[in-house]
Amino acid sequence: MAEHIQTSHAAPKGFIRKYIFSTDHKVIGIQYFFLALTAALVGLVMSLLIRLRLAWPASRWPMLEAIFPDGFKDGLMQPEFYLAMVTMHGTIMVFMVLTTAPQSGFGNYFLPIQIGARDMAFPVLNMLSFWITFLSFVVLIAALFVVGGAPLGGWTFYPTLSAIPSTGPGQALGADLWIVSIALFCVASLLGALNFITTTLNMRTHGMTLMRMPLSCWGWFTTAVIALLAFPVLLAAGILLLLDRNAGTGFFIPSGVSVSGNLIPGGGGSTLLWQHLFWFFGHPEVYIAILPGMGATSHILATFARKPIFGHKAMVVAMFAIGLLGFLVWGHHMFISGMNPKVAIAFSVLTLVIGVPSAVKTFNWLGTLWGGRIRFTTPMLFAIGFVSLFVAGGVTGLVLGQTALDVVFHDTHFVTGHFHLIMGVAAIFGIFAATYYWFPKMFARTMNEPLGKVHFWLTFVGVYAIFIPFHILGIAGHPRRYADSTGYEFLRALDPLHVFITIAAFATAAAQLVFLINFFWSLFKGKRASDNPWEATTLEWSTPTPVPHENFGELLPIVHRMPYEYSVPGAEKDYLMQAE
Amino acid sequence: MFEFILHRSSFLLPNMGRLLAILIWLITAGTIAFFAWAKTKSGWWFPEAISTHAAAMDSQFKITWIVVGLAFFGAQVALGYAVWKFRAKGNERASYNEGNTRMEIVLVAITAVVFITLAVTGQRVWAGLHLNQAPPDAVQVEVTGQQFNWYFRHPGADARFGSTSPKLYNDADNTAGARPGPLGIDPKDPSGADDIVGQTLVIPVNRPISLTLRAKDVTHDFFVPALRLKQDAVPGLKINLHFTATKEGRYEVACAELCGQLHHQMRAYMRVVSQAEFDKWLSENAPK
Amino acid sequence: MISRRMIAVFFLALAVMGSAACGGKKEETAAPAAAGPTWKPTGNEGNVTGTIAFAGVAPAPKKLDTSNDGACGEALANDVLVADGKLQNVLVYVKSGLPADANFEVPTTEVELDQKGCLYVPRVLGVQAGQSLKVINSDQTNHNVHPVPKVNREWNESQLKGQAPIIKKFAKPEVMIPVKCNMHSWMLAHIAVLSHPFFAVSGANGSFSIKGLPPGEYELEAWHEKFGAKTMKVTVAAKADAKADFSFDAAKAYNVSSLPVQPALVLP
Repeated sequence: MAEHIQTSHAAPKGFIRKYIFSTDHKVIGIQYFFLALTAALVGLVMSLLIRLRLAWPASRWPMLEAIFPDGFKDGLMQPEFYLAMVTMHGTIMVFMVLTTAPQSGFGNYFLPIQIGARDMAFPVLNMLSFWITFLSFVVLIAALFVVGGAPLGGWTFYPTLSAIPSTGPGQALGADLWIVSIALFCVASLLGALNFITTTLNMRTHGMTLMRMPLSCWGWFTTAVIALLAFPVLLAAGILLLLDRNAGTGFFIPSGVSVSGNLIPGGGGSTLLWQHLFWFFGHPEVYIAILPGMGATSHILATFARKPIFGHKAMVVAMFAIGLLGFLVWGHHMFISGMNPKVAIAFSVLTLVIGVPSAVKTFNWLGTLWGGRIRFTTPMLFAIGFVSLFVAGGVTGLVLGQTALDVVFHDTHFVTGHFHLIMGVAAIFGIFAATYYWFPKMFARTMNEPLGKVHFWLTFVGVYAIFIPFHILGIAGHPRRYADSTGYEFLRALDPLHVFITIAAFATAAAQLVFLINFFWSLFKGKRASDNPWEATTLEWSTPTPVPHENFGELLPIVHRMPYEYSVPGAEKDYLMQAE
Repeated sequence: MFEFILHRSSFLLPNMGRLLAILIWLITAGTIAFFAWAKTKSGWWFPEAISTHAAAMDSQFKITWIVVGLAFFGAQVALGYAVWKFRAKGNERASYNEGNTRMEIVLVAITAVVFITLAVTGQRVWAGLHLNQAPPDAVQVEVTGQQFNWYFRHPGADARFGSTSPKLYNDADNTAGARPGPLGIDPKDPSGADDIVGQTLVIPVNRPISLTLRAKDVTHDFFVPALRLKQDAVPGLKINLHFTATKEGRYEVACAELCGQLHHQMRAYMRVVSQAEFDKWLSENAPK
Repeated sequence: MISRRMIAVFFLALAVMGSAACGGKKEETAAPAAAGPTWKPTGNEGNVTGTIAFAGVAPAPKKLDTSNDGACGEALANDVLVADGKLQNVLVYVKSGLPADANFEVPTTEVELDQKGCLYVPRVLGVQAGQSLKVINSDQTNHNVHPVPKVNREWNESQLKGQAPIIKKFAKPEVMIPVKCNMHSWMLAHIAVLSHPFFAVSGANGSFSIKGLPPGEYELEAWHEKFGAKTMKVTVAAKADAKADFSFDAAKAYNVSSLPVQPALVLP
């Protein structure tokens, strides 16, 4: 393994090369992390604005009018502003947070270290990936400030709503910027994926066989493979949509479309084409968001249960099975789109099949805890929370994956509840677990444990309080993306539920302040961390803290065993490090 | 080092596992109780079903919901038990266990059987809705979505819809019998002369209804919760759908696919009336 | 410590980018500036008055289908309003004859467009380029206001129940801009944006009057949404009233099929 020479570079001198346009995977990982943190805060504020409108649609907010004069005309939140927030919240959270933090952030920092490499395979490409992602974020945010405001078509951006600028406010320049931003993001993710795959396959140190890789590495590797296959499709679709909007091509615009009395010329396209292309990316994207979290969760559960992973090989196979099947189920987003109903049946069956590897993962996580000696550190609490939320969000997939039941639940808040639990907060819990776990290695200080625990308790209860009621809304038939439900008689009784969810959302958001205070306080004032504070086994804990340039000293570590050798009978300590 | 962290947070640590277990169990019990309570509350569960296919759909949901509930309950209780039971105790070591392939295979088999059974049984209702043609005597209605209105067209006595053209759309005149009107009915086509266009859907009870869904501008979605029916109306496509309503009354039609800024106001009413009343309505509204 | 300064720089960069993005927003500036000096009345201006006659049988008022919004109540189609053989809602304006380089002062008064009973009141109105249009919602329901211009910038804003009026300006002359409410698809108004103040809309008695025209020869156009446009030459003498009576024929209704078609290639 890795017989080739890992070329060595001198550490760069100068502030700009070292911290801004750095090619060091660790710096880039931290850059990604802070980008995601910033994006998460923006997305969180947007979600609160969304909740405000849903709970009190007719209330006036003069204070918010001072901040958003166009969004709160006369103090009333405009429906177009609400939908712009829905679109931007979804886009920012899915792309800039859930794709960026777990994969590009932690993956960049720890994949090379965990496999015993000095850097990524293509360090300059890695730097480019980050800066293109950064540019993409800036362009996306810029969409909020142009005339007409941000697009309102939802993060799925279905044409013809998204393809014709006159279909609504925000569908003009804002929508163009949105597409440009996503196209840039696709390019960056593609480059990142190439880098991850090459690094994983070529740069492993002596003794690091594929099966000896920690499951976190398997998470990143599988995700990179998915990203490599999924993002080009979205990129192509985005370019076609941009052409439709600006060059009159009509890939996604059928003939005879008339908007507000204006007949749209050309045509001959298909709106379903976009949906197919989008979801061919969009469904695997769900796994791009969750697989690194699964990897990190497995890694952390083993560490603090002081046990090897239960069914290590099965975990790897399940992860890859999820990744593969993830490409065959996109049609379950389109059961009622007008797609051939016979095809829907095939997608439906495949969708429920994907539940099998998911069940294997859950079972193995439980198996890992079983008989363990669990240390309830903050990262462990979040990892256990991840398992709980993954189950809670996953089981409702059994409902939504069935064609007949999807007829009832499609585009209701049942779906909102389902995907927020599983790809929203479960993935976020994965990020939190990873943050608390790797913080000592990344920043050479430890986060405050009591504060971390307070953060966990509040957030864990909070997210359940927010998202379980969403299922009730959905069962009662409440469609999602409604700026106001008071116009419908059958939704009237649900008003108190909206108020409850909003209060829970604000409380949970407030609890994140505990995290922010803890994070930034620990960054500067936290207790100095030792090299291996968690008594863990994998290679990142063999390096000195702070991690030096090129990660390891003169010699790369040599790996002797599987990643999670805890509580080995007869061993001196309760953990055997991979490199010892 | 680890000892240090352990001590610093000791005020929370000793019973952390038990606390977490109790919390997980409480959330589990609370969730299930919440659903049970919501089911008894009016307006917090499915609206009363008024279509022939709704019963099968509801029973499929019930079966699935039981499986979902059991999986949720089982996994959470087990998770709670694990964190309750297997907490760190001094220097005692965990049991070294790398897995159990046989259990793994059994689990895969069980879940695969249950999930695929659900997937397959769920298709019966779907097939009834979408793989069968509407009976020939079904009442024809064309549904057209437009930002942010629904139009419903009955073909009139000749049972044939007049031809339409996007070039003829005239939204401003939706008065009864207007030609070309918002749907752009060709005034020269005789089969369009007796078409009835309105913004309320009027259908007879206990008769198969065959809908043709269209959209003028963006994708909309024809959603009637009481019918357990939802189908996108897509520009450029004519999508067929059929159902039978079984109870008279006035029901709400919602749009369930984001279609623009006032998406949430794209509401119409569906009136299900007796055959006699329907005939009367047809003759009263026939263009003169 | 590797990351501290990096973090500071990162947030600084974000702040810079953010403020750059904020700075990108520009309000559309009003009123086209012609080359010449601002026009001032000299005191010998005349007026043009007239009535719009309507030949033939006026359509009986028909009920619009407002069943999707109970707050609208009953509404009658008001595209053709005829009383005593006189046609209402005809815009009459000076189409040509004014000095090309003249700059007309933009009035500071606001032109009102009300939404009442889910109809636009008035249905036809004129504003000067750069003049404020005040859109009012008197209804107990939510509207969106959506002008669909060809020359000016399109906009589309919701106006909720009880919301304060929206004030807007159109920058460039354009006859006519249709205004739609997508929520109540039957709602339709037409706004004429003109570079000068010489326009009027016929009232319920079919009469109109354009005041303060400098002496000269002009081409007037009378425009009705259903019956098209007619032009007429008038000569305005100093301090005198000129007459301009138009007549529209019921039999010659507009062919509705001439819907506007957007250009195929829209390059930025």
